Amino acid sequence: MKNGQLITIQNLIKDYPVGRGFFRALNDINLTIGEGEFAGLIGPSGSGKTTLLNIIGSLDVPTKGEAKVLGQSIGNLNTRQSAKLRNHSLGFIFQTYNLLPVYNVFENVELPLLLLKMSKDERRKLVDQALDWVGLQDKRKSRPPQLSGGECQRVSIARAMVKSPQIVLADEPTANLDAKNSHNILQTMEKLNEELKTTFIFATHDDKVIQYLHRKISLDDGHVVNDEQIKKQ
Amino acid sequence: MLALKLAYRNLMGARLRTWLNVIVLSLAFVVIIWFKGVINGWDQQARRDTIDWQIGGGQYWQENYDPYDPFSIEDSHAPMTETILKSVEQGELAPILISQATMYPEGRIQSISLRGISPDQKVIELPTSYLVNDENGIPAIIGERTARNNKLAVGDYVTIRWRDVNGIFDADEVKIVHIFKTNVPVMDLSIVWIPLEKHQEMAGMPGEATILITSKETGFKEDFPGWNFKDHYFLLSEIREMIEMKSVGGSVYFVVLMSLAMLAIFDTQVLSIFRRQKEIGTHIALGMTQRQVVTLFTVEGAMHSVLAAILATIYGAPLLWLQAVVGWSMPAGTDDFGLTIAETIYPAYSLALVLGSTMIVLITTTIVSYIPARRIAKMNPTDAIRGKIQ
Repeated sequence: MKNGQLITIQNLIKDYPVGRGFFRALNDINLTIGEGEFAGLIGPSGSGKTTLLNIIGSLDVPTKGEAKVLGQSIGNLNTRQSAKLRNHSLGFIFQTYNLLPVYNVFENVELPLLLLKMSKDERRKLVDQALDWVGLQDKRKSRPPQLSGGECQRVSIARAMVKSPQIVLADEPTANLDAKNSHNILQTMEKLNEELKTTFIFATHDDKVIQYLHRKISLDDGHVVNDEQIKKQ
Repeated sequence: MLALKLAYRNLMGARLRTWLNVIVLSLAFVVIIWFKGVINGWDQQARRDTIDWQIGGGQYWQENYDPYDPFSIEDSHAPMTETILKSVEQGELAPILISQATMYPEGRIQSISLRGISPDQKVIELPTSYLVNDENGIPAIIGERTARNNKLAVGDYVTIRWRDVNGIFDADEVKIVHIFKTNVPVMDLSIVWIPLEKHQEMAGMPGEATILITSKETGFKEDFPGWNFKDHYFLLSEIREMIEMKSVGGSVYFVVLMSLAMLAIFDTQVLSIFRRQKEIGTHIALGMTQRQVVTLFTVEGAMHSVLAAILATIYGAPLLWLQAVVGWSMPAGTDDFGLTIAETIYPAYSLALVLGSTMIVLITTTIVSYIPARRIAKMNPTDAIRGKIQ
């Protein structure tokens, strides 16, 4: 892992079998993403942004080429190793929140820490901290069906951030939210990025998200067509 | 440990869905244990009653005696040797002379087994002390079933006809001096008990007997030439076979109840895996391996049986205890079936029965939970996260 570079992607190709042939979702992707970046994979539906995000998240593997995340080659990891990578170093935020409906807010946020086998006191401390970040202390006993969309996504952010991962991957995090909630969520994530230096990578085609990005990586038809750094005031 | 914790959390979170399954499963637990307890209780009571009333510590049969062959009865008698008579005097043996006879209650003809037994015997619980000589006729005791079937009461006289050792018919009246109640029908149904000496005199077989019942304390004493010893294993074989047959019948209940409970668990698991795809994908994204998720869902299914065991203990234990104390009254007429069965059966529960039933349910539930959960291992995590798997 080069200094400050968390993700290195070289000549990455991803094919999906379709009938007797295949569909190329990603074609010759070359990319590096460094520590503390607030980057977005942007492009229309079917451009390959979610596929790339899934490979970075070790939920999928490349067909050819290499994707190195925190120095580990995703294609060479076995299921246990990729689970460990996700468990220790990656946080996920999903479009549909993916909160466990039978758990309350506290339990949802606590779940990644249980997988890390942390002590009860440590878990309580970290969950409290994460709920403070997203401003949901008063909802800690509520269950997801009792929360609004914006609150659910904030729980999802807290769950992703609670273990202080090096990388957070957010797939269309505002797609189900109204403008006000979207801005709230994005401001929260931007703040966490600045304060904790966590790398955020978004997959989005939402303009509201795009305006917050510090780096825009445009994808089209499986290719990177543009990679633009934005200087923020 | 993590799987246990998460499974418990998931089950508690699922509330009504969990408790519906748990209630069905706990019902299966209670009914299975109750039924087995009834069979055990029946078995124990039947053995105890049969030993106390009929077979004592075992029986010596005259070598020709075959209870299933009526034609052998005529030849199934032999004189008792000095050794045997000495044991009889010491209260270790109770000789019985058996012959076929006919009874004429209210002018009807009824085949009976006429049995002579010593009024002084203490080997079995038959109340033979009533068989004291009566100047008004031959004293006889009969069981309730025989009394009911022949409309006889204490003090009634009834004519009996028999053949003596030479095949000559004779007849006399016996006086019913006592009607006894027993759970052992073979000591009652169509049997008339009279004093042994009187029977020997009537049949022309002085000092002879057909079977010798040993006392419970003595059991097998020694070999008597011309007599074959029959032990408990042999003499209780009918009860054993009957209980085994009932146990097989009980297994049908067991299978039906377990199938219902397992179907509920299986259905819940299949539905869970379909409905909770996003949750499965989320668990994987958060750092679980697919194998860990399979374990989680399997433990979750199996935990239904643990909760069911707890619930069954809460409401089932007092119910089962109450029935073990109060017993289960058999319907009227059950004793006419010819089975050794008490009026009230007291279920008997053992630790092995409870633990065995619990283990069977737990193992079966685990297997039933694992079968659909295996599918998780084949799921594509990215599709699962989006809930796209059909």
